[in-house]
Amino acid sequence: MTEPMIEVEDLRVRFGTSEVVKGVSFAVPRGASFGMVGESGSGKSTILRALAGLNPNWSGRLRLAGMALGPRRDRAFFRRCQMVFQDPYGSLHPRQTIDRQLSEPLLIHGIDGIDARILRALAEVGLPDVVRFRYPHQLSGGQRQRVAIARALIAGPEVLLLDEPTSALDVSVQAEVLNLLADLQQSRGLTYVMVTHNLAVVSHLCETVGVMQGGEMVERLSAADLRAGRTRHPHTAELRALSTELEEAPA
Amino acid sequence: MSARVEMRGLRVSFPSPRGPVEVVRGVSLDLGAEKLGIVGESGSGKSLTARAILKLLPAAAHIRAERLRFDDIDVLTAGERQMRAIRGRRAGLILQDPKYALNPVMTAGAQIAEAWRAHHRGRRRQAMEAAVELLAQVRIRDPARVAGLYPHELSGGMGQRVMIAMMLAPDPELLIADEPTSALDATVQAEILRLIDDLVSRRGMGLILISHDLPLVSHFCDRVMVMYAGRVVEELRAADLAAARHPYTRGLLDCMPSLLHPKPRLPVLARDAAWNE
Ligand SMILES: Nc1ncnc2c1ncn2[C@@H]1O[C@H](COP(=O)(O)OP(=O)(O)O)[C@@H](O)[C@H]1O
Ligand SMILES: Nc1ncnc2c1ncn2[C@@H]1O[C@H](COP(=O)(O)OP(=O)(O)O)[C@@H](O)[C@H]1O
Ligand SMILES: [Mg+2]
Ligand SMILES: [Mg+2]
Repeated sequence: MTEPMIEVEDLRVRFGTSEVVKGVSFAVPRGASFGMVGESGSGKSTILRALAGLNPNWSGRLRLAGMALGPRRDRAFFRRCQMVFQDPYGSLHPRQTIDRQLSEPLLIHGIDGIDARILRALAEVGLPDVVRFRYPHQLSGGQRQRVAIARALIAGPEVLLLDEPTSALDVSVQAEVLNLLADLQQSRGLTYVMVTHNLAVVSHLCETVGVMQGGEMVERLSAADLRAGRTRHPHTAELRALSTELEEAPA
Repeated sequence: MSARVEMRGLRVSFPSPRGPVEVVRGVSLDLGAEKLGIVGESGSGKSLTARAILKLLPAAAHIRAERLRFDDIDVLTAGERQMRAIRGRRAGLILQDPKYALNPVMTAGAQIAEAWRAHHRGRRRQAMEAAVELLAQVRIRDPARVAGLYPHELSGGMGQRVMIAMMLAPDPELLIADEPTSALDATVQAEILRLIDDLVSRRGMGLILISHDLPLVSHFCDRVMVMYAGRVVEELRAADLAAARHPYTRGLLDCMPSLLHPKPRLPVLARDAAWNE
């Protein structure tokens, strides 16, 4: 058996005196997608940020492809693991062209063939070449999220950590971005960890789902079990009921 | 009690270097004591349409209509003073982010009390009591304590409840909720919408609920207007959503992932130039 791409064991994160992630464990096989759902404040983003190396104040064990991760990460880590945020406006530099923002990871990692790589990255996320010399405010929300994905992918990572990547988008654009993420996973064999509060979105993209409540992962279940209502924890059942109530509403 | 809103052929345009650009292009609606949903993608003109009723448009906006009335008031010719008598009194506007609607240096209770006094005669003390009662109505657990909190001390869901309480304080006849829960997560979102639904039904008010989430809107409204590029492309009874006919409406429904009915790949919206006509 090959080892999991991502392993999280007894992860704990505290801010000041309050523990907001209280001993969370899960593993994600290479090429698989793991989703985390739960109310806001339940600790989803905090887990993702600890994995991404954006917050060094955690305890427990984190491993990437079998290698233990420390609180601080080196360049090699960011080459393998990248994060995409909910608000592409916030994560892109407002006064830099898309070209500059896509070049940066390549320069950091000393990767050459920049021109060709930028054009390929834009094509891969379905953006026309002309976008290259635009600024973020000259793009639509969906285009900006595509740029953020292109930038995360440009240095060829194996893992994408996605924090509510479609929550700020129209449903029509959400569909395009979700299809794009599915295609990229197919073609590149990427491993995803995705945070969302939308159960339909998570079960669309992820085979396995972890349900967070108050800093604990109260249940892990397959998307199929979530769809079918084979839940064990009451909070999972509650979240599922809210979601199905809306889907069944007008029928 | 509810006021009739009558809108015929609303047009809103903005100046641009290449001449005026029309972003709302002939929208008509009628509303009484009922719940109307407006859905459509961002930029389709939902907010401008609803805000035109209150004449709360950006300064550069140019507005025209064959008819635009709020009850007995002709909104098109009404002056600022007349409009102020509608806004925040006879009609309330709930926005996505309470940050912009609440005064950061006033406690929640004081703001609600002030809104209450806009319509009721009463002393400061009485207004404060009414504010606490309103906070209880929007189901804030410890209303007397929350009345003393400042906006930055409120969570997203609580801030939204405070804003709703403030909008309800003057007993308005119409409530416009513009993406009131888009910033909140599913559990809080459902609670807030149920709360709005309940209050509106109980008070016999009119409601305009704006969102880009079609199933959500249908769940809470009697009627749904679907907007595309500044026009209404379809209007249906919420109960008939599944029978929507316009390809845009169908497209919006189809492209959503579903928990109960998995789709191997999401259909994307193929836009048709004819929808603009
Ligand atoms: N930088 C921070 N400082 C203090 N508290 C924080 C910080 N980031 C998050 N928290 C707290 O940690 C908890 C979990 O937050 P988060 O992981 O963002 O939740 P989620 O992503 O599930 O909405 C919340 O109570 C939040 O207020
Ligand atoms: N102040 C403004 N100046 C120029 N265009 C504007 C302004 N406000 C809104 N618009 C344009 O009007 C259109 C409709 O806006 P809006 O009603 O806010 O859309 P929605 O609420 O459906 O997202 C958008 O395309 C937007 O770009
Ligand atoms: Mg989060
Ligand atoms: Mg709007």
